[in-house]
Amino acid sequence: MDRSKPRTTPLAWAGQLLLYGVFALVIGVFSRWPEYRHLAPDQALIKLSFTHAGKRVAECRQLGAEELAKLPPNMRATMKCERERAPVRVEVDIDGAPAVRHVAEPSGLSKDGASTVYQRLNVAAGEHRIAVRLKDSAAGSGFDYRREQTVNLAPAQILVIDFDAEKGGITLQ
Amino acid sequence: MTKDPTPAAREVALALWQRGERALDAVSGSALNPLRHLGALGFLCFWLLAASGIVLYAVLDTSVAGAYRSIAELSRQPWYLGGWLRSLHRYAADAFVVLMLAHLLREWLFGRYHGFRRFSWLTGVPLLPFAFVSAIGGFWLNWDRLGQFSAIATAEWLDALPFFASPLTRNFLAVASVGDRLFSLFVFIHVGVPLLLVFGLWFHIQRLSRAEVFPPRALSSGATLALLALALALPVADQGAADLATVPRTVALDWWLLFVHPLMYASSAGALWLLVGATLLLLFALPWLPRPAAPAVARVDPAHCNGCRRCFDDCPYAAITMLPHPNGRIARQLARVNADLCASCGICVGSCPSATPFRGAAELATGIDMPQMPLNGLRQKMESQLAALQGDSRIVVFGCNRGARLAALEGADVTSLSLICSGMLPPSFVEYALRGGAAGVLVTGCREGGCEFRLGARWTQQRLLGEREPQLRASVPRERIEVAWADAGDEPALVEALDALRRRIAPLPRPAQMTLLHG
Repeated sequence: MDRSKPRTTPLAWAGQLLLYGVFALVIGVFSRWPEYRHLAPDQALIKLSFTHAGKRVAECRQLGAEELAKLPPNMRATMKCERERAPVRVEVDIDGAPAVRHVAEPSGLSKDGASTVYQRLNVAAGEHRIAVRLKDSAAGSGFDYRREQTVNLAPAQILVIDFDAEKGGITLQ
Repeated sequence: MTKDPTPAAREVALALWQRGERALDAVSGSALNPLRHLGALGFLCFWLLAASGIVLYAVLDTSVAGAYRSIAELSRQPWYLGGWLRSLHRYAADAFVVLMLAHLLREWLFGRYHGFRRFSWLTGVPLLPFAFVSAIGGFWLNWDRLGQFSAIATAEWLDALPFFASPLTRNFLAVASVGDRLFSLFVFIHVGVPLLLVFGLWFHIQRLSRAEVFPPRALSSGATLALLALALALPVADQGAADLATVPRTVALDWWLLFVHPLMYASSAGALWLLVGATLLLLFALPWLPRPAAPAVARVDPAHCNGCRRCFDDCPYAAITMLPHPNGRIARQLARVNADLCASCGICVGSCPSATPFRGAAELATGIDMPQMPLNGLRQKMESQLAALQGDSRIVVFGCNRGARLAALEGADVTSLSLICSGMLPPSFVEYALRGGAAGVLVTGCREGGCEFRLGARWTQQRLLGEREPQLRASVPRERIEVAWADAGDEPALVEALDALRRRIAPLPRPAQMTLLHG
């Protein structure tokens, strides 16, 4: 029997039908099954996410006449501001228990960019007391922004903790 | 020669794979065995994806508000034609990835990633990320719960890289965050990257002559009908519109295309990057791992090359180019072998009109020859082996080093000659054997679709049938010739073929024998 030639017997036809059927079935089944459970039914999700530039590490200062004279004429700006920004420190407590303790370094080679944070926190659905603290300056030891709020999260609900200076700082939405 | 570093596990896996191929050969014949046409079937899926994708793109509303609605409306078209098309698009993508990975696995198992195959391997590896990026991006365009899950998971994965000034995940924090501009990016990913994939596929098959971008018709029909039937029987289900205020708790995940997301959530984004990076690095590094020394490549003898271009036409790897012949005669050409592309298969020798043992010179010189198995030595070997045969039904078996082992056939009246590839056999050697006293000739080689050098068995078959130059002369008695394609392990089938030939030639009168002068 030449095993190269296509088979045309009824048994071979049945075999080929089975072959294509199994191929299609395997493709079809694993394109939908098993279901992937991304979050337990009684849970909600808190997303801590912000992009915020910390304050400059050093205050801007006026250059003296001697310092200005050392600069090329086209670069003699009277105010000197360091580029480096302070890291942003953020803390989140949920129902009094610490959930996040994070220091976000400023981006950029000169550390003059924004600090970014993205964290997911799975929590049980229901009422929670959320406390968020954020420090974005190098000066002092206390936090620059605080927010505390009680939220009632439905199952699968997403609560976003963000920072928006125009809205007064920390937001929960 | 460097020691072959092939791990034993691969040998075992290869044996299992070959067993599977043989099992399917029994069902469909090797010529239509899907496992022997994985690359071509992948191409078929790509064509199906392109055709269905063009129609889907025409009806897709590429806006945040309209994307889901337009696809949902498509599924409500009369006769369910839209939903059928959408399902076909999805299943063709699934099949494309499955076939691509199976093709990769098969080529690895057969050790086809170094030497002259390095280019195809290295241009094939980048197609993996291209394919997955294209496919995953397609889920976002629909902007249903699955698309939402996939887009956010992908953004979270990308954010693990220190490249983005602002996290990509912020694009999906709230409904207002997702804009139409973001959808333009989605469209680019799902349309632009497949275009890059086309270029990638083109590069991938650049060094193959007659690359199989369509499987045989019967196989194409079977695969297409199977996908169409699947799309009709198990239509892609609607998972509800995306809602960024809530988490899609469960999704009917397409595990073929989206398995990376659960993998990331089960480990971490960094771990997934490490896994993907290490896998790609390993695949790219494979061609440079130690391997047995490459055999000598084909050598052209300008004094005997008449520039007929048959080797140029028949070379499966486009390793031969034609140059003006240095003898200066007008329009005369000379074959040149590119050593980097040459597979050392000898198919060019089988195609050369000067490769005939009937030439009178004591030393048979041909236009193109294999230094490790020169045709002159082959002629001498055949003559001496023929002379040593006894009995009235003396048979010469021509086979190849990759196909069924010929030693099992040898006996007092049977001798064998194993070539580098069956395609190396000039048909005139068959006639020469018969004229030299053989009562019959058995030609064998790998099963169709299983030729190590792609086209060797096909060219030999066509040459023996008189469909391809150089042809077996019409005067050669066909009843004395048997052709049986048999892989290693198919030796019993070869014994059957030999017995059939023996029975056929037994009643025939003994052929007139000429004196062979070169032994």
